[in-house]
Amino acid sequence: MTTAKAEKRDQVPPPAAGGRALSAPLLGHGTEPTLFELSQPGRSAWQLRTTGVPEVPLEELVPDHHRREGPLTLAEVSERDLVGHFTRLSHRQFSVDLGAYPLGSCTMKYNPKVCDAVAALAGLADVHPGAPPSCTQGWMELLVELEAVLCEVTGMAAATLQPAAGAAGELTGLLLMRAWHEAQGRPRSTVIIPDSAHGTNPASVTLGGYRTVTVPSDRRGCVDLDALRAELDDDVAGIMLTNPNTLGLFEEQIVDIAAAVHEVGGLLYYDGANLNAILGVVRPGDMGFDIVHLNLHKTFATPHGGGGPGAGPVAVSPRLAPFLPGPRPVRLDGGASAPGSGGQRYGWVTPEHSIGRIHSWHGNALVLARALAYILVHGADGLRRVAQLAVLNANWLRSRLSTTYDAPYDRPCMHECVLSAASLKRATGVRALDVGKRLLEEGFHAPTVYFPLVVDEALMIEPTETESLQTLEALAEAFERIAAEARAPEGPARAAAAPHATPVRRVDEARAARTLVPTFDARP
Amino acid sequence: MADYTPHTEAEIEAMLGMLGLRDLDELFAVVPEALRLGGLDMAPGRPEPDVLARMGALAGSNRANGTDLVCFAGGGAYDHEVPPVTPALALRSEFVTSYTPYQPEVAQGVLQAVFEFQTLIARLTGLPVSNASLYDGAAALVEGLNLGVAAAGRPGVLMSSGVNPSWRSVARTMAAGTGHAIEEIPLADGVTAWDGASERAPGVVVVAYPNYLGCLEDLGPARRLCDDTGALLVVVFDPVCAGILRSPAAWGADVAVGEGQPLGTPLSFGGPYLGLFACGDDQVRRLPGRLVGETVDAEGRRAYVTTLRAREQDIRREKATSNVCTNQTLMAVTAAVQLGWLGSSGLAEVALRSAQGARYCRQALLAVPGVEPLCTAPVVREFALRLPIPAADVVERLVEEGFLAGIPLDHTYGGDDRGLLVAVTERRTREEIDGFAAAFDKAVR
Repeated sequence: MTTAKAEKRDQVPPPAAGGRALSAPLLGHGTEPTLFELSQPGRSAWQLRTTGVPEVPLEELVPDHHRREGPLTLAEVSERDLVGHFTRLSHRQFSVDLGAYPLGSCTMKYNPKVCDAVAALAGLADVHPGAPPSCTQGWMELLVELEAVLCEVTGMAAATLQPAAGAAGELTGLLLMRAWHEAQGRPRSTVIIPDSAHGTNPASVTLGGYRTVTVPSDRRGCVDLDALRAELDDDVAGIMLTNPNTLGLFEEQIVDIAAAVHEVGGLLYYDGANLNAILGVVRPGDMGFDIVHLNLHKTFATPHGGGGPGAGPVAVSPRLAPFLPGPRPVRLDGGASAPGSGGQRYGWVTPEHSIGRIHSWHGNALVLARALAYILVHGADGLRRVAQLAVLNANWLRSRLSTTYDAPYDRPCMHECVLSAASLKRATGVRALDVGKRLLEEGFHAPTVYFPLVVDEALMIEPTETESLQTLEALAEAFERIAAEARAPEGPARAAAAPHATPVRRVDEARAARTLVPTFDARP
Repeated sequence: MADYTPHTEAEIEAMLGMLGLRDLDELFAVVPEALRLGGLDMAPGRPEPDVLARMGALAGSNRANGTDLVCFAGGGAYDHEVPPVTPALALRSEFVTSYTPYQPEVAQGVLQAVFEFQTLIARLTGLPVSNASLYDGAAALVEGLNLGVAAAGRPGVLMSSGVNPSWRSVARTMAAGTGHAIEEIPLADGVTAWDGASERAPGVVVVAYPNYLGCLEDLGPARRLCDDTGALLVVVFDPVCAGILRSPAAWGADVAVGEGQPLGTPLSFGGPYLGLFACGDDQVRRLPGRLVGETVDAEGRRAYVTTLRAREQDIRREKATSNVCTNQTLMAVTAAVQLGWLGSSGLAEVALRSAQGARYCRQALLAVPGVEPLCTAPVVREFALRLPIPAADVVERLVEEGFLAGIPLDHTYGGDDRGLLVAVTERRTREEIDGFAAAFDKAVR
């Protein structure tokens, strides 16, 4: 780094506006200053406990050459300024609580507030993760119970709750695959992925030390079984599939796919991103999968937090259970007689051939607690109804909108439908991106656009089960209005300029990448 | 049966009618008959109050800090002050219930908060770039190794045993896939004994500051090792101690990684926490995870957007060096709020008071007959002791007295099964420490 830059960072950031921000709600107006522009040197908000601990000067506690090289500048604001700032930022943010969020592949359903109450319980939130088992029996019982219900939902034998997100679950699954094959005497070298897969799949394959082999989808949007068979040999470690796939379609030949992969000694990995579609209806384990990851922040309604935290538990068939990450919480069969149990019912056990740890502690525990609460409220019938109504909503939208937009796969979908703006673009120049941006000003979040990659101008719409028929009608009308308007004389220009009624207008992404400003201090 | 679906039976009938279907089961006609489930073997759903009572009972079976136990445990998770204002802001539902900011026009709230988080972490580490968060400290360490190995073009990693043992364990797990050759270097009197390293051409050198035993070690030797070999230096830092300590950048770190839990996130039984990751401008195109950048909107107004997207897994697919997608954004927003509340003076004060408490507590415990220091290097918030009896037994005995005494150390730290790691934050009062020392005296007999 240059000296000039280093010096710049050490300065108090100008200008010190001292809290001069608009107090009016900012949706659609102006900008909010950064924390650094609200800063006024000498101002503070912190208050710490009176402890009575003897005060010792820093110089006596920390040797000279270990002390900070110069003054640290964060931001100096009052608590009132802090509250104003983050409250105004929150007003510039769309959320599920605000409105429908039909973002395909993301399952942005309503997040029940009871789960927030669970996560706030002091007996859960204030427990140190390194406390001995005698202090954490409630947590361990909770985790063991969650593992059991996740295994029942997926049709698997055992699970690890450590992975912090779906991608972490994928990598865990691939390392399980590697460990299992190594135990059979040969690690193998490739993993097969359909061309409609999420990008995390091939990235995880690389980190798992495997090479990706891509198989094409057939004209019906499913794995091309002949193409798959052509790739299968004894060097294939396994296949990663999402079912229903990212086109929202159920892989009808899943039993044949599983048989073919198993025949060459490969394993089947289930990407749980779309599990919401099949809860209580059909299970990955029954389809023949060996390893399953779940996205609790999708299927089991734990809130997504603007990009995380999630939780990506991995469930496996009996033959893979000895390889699971450890330590894992287990019910001690022997109870008080089990060695080292101290009379406790739950303890930590590392499986015999464990691949090792994959989280600093035990996983995103409070997310896991929220998911268990959600599952207990629903029960078996409630979960099945979730899937049924998610699929009903998606099919209703698909049916309603397939006269306005292209339906590249003209067959019933599962929990999401993939439409295309290709014809609209040819006729008017209005692209999938523009449709999404127009939808923002209609009060809805945009669908996922340009994914899956196998569909031109893709609009991937997942309404979820928690949106009402009235909301679906309003959403459909908005989609139809956007298409009709695009065909009017001024329409394409209006769509290209959308959105208007949002906190900011269309954002210059190219400039952000060309002239990188990753911090306030890097501003030109 | 309870759920959160709004459909009336009449609406379901009407929707099925539009689709030409008789019942909901027909929606799943594509699922092969043999695979269809009769029903899950699970209890029926329960109303919210029942579930809340059940979860409350589970919570009641734990012994929580504050209510049941006074916390002297650290080891990567610390009992720092979380003021009411931090959750009041960070847990606003607009932050909690939004997705990854794929549509920046309606996500400026999260994007700007993350941009401010990145700026705060950059200032704290002295490095110019921070990402938008990773899962936890271990994940940040693993990504640091991945970046370093890719940048250096060599798979050898020299890792100080002063790095948190759980994180090292995660790094070993991941190395099965990446093929990194990790050599762990032991500590001698609390500082890394680099002389014992056998790898002569490492791609990455990793050292923790303070290290797992709470000790401050001179990072000069690690930096020189990098200069001599062309390796990248990854420094594991603590965001609270960094308020008073020499910054990773000042020590010459190429990458700084850390656990952000001390910045406003409750202990939470270990998660969700916050992986911190910062690096130099020269490594920005290898940066794992999301990055928010400033730009303008169509009217020239300041705006924020996730940027350098071409690095990420959804675009690079099998060529990506990281698979991170969902991260811990809400904890990053929490950290931005907490650091806003603390400011520079508050963060330094928290670190200073923790160091004062640790000094006072260490002296009180060393006055207990049979208790010895495990090492003599200077410490800040945490220190290691050798006890006259197994540490796990002492921890259990002190739980009965209302104290969580610390984290037992494994054999590799030289205390057999008698090493104990004790942490003292700014929240510990003199009265609590005095009571702890008195109980400790009884417990080690």
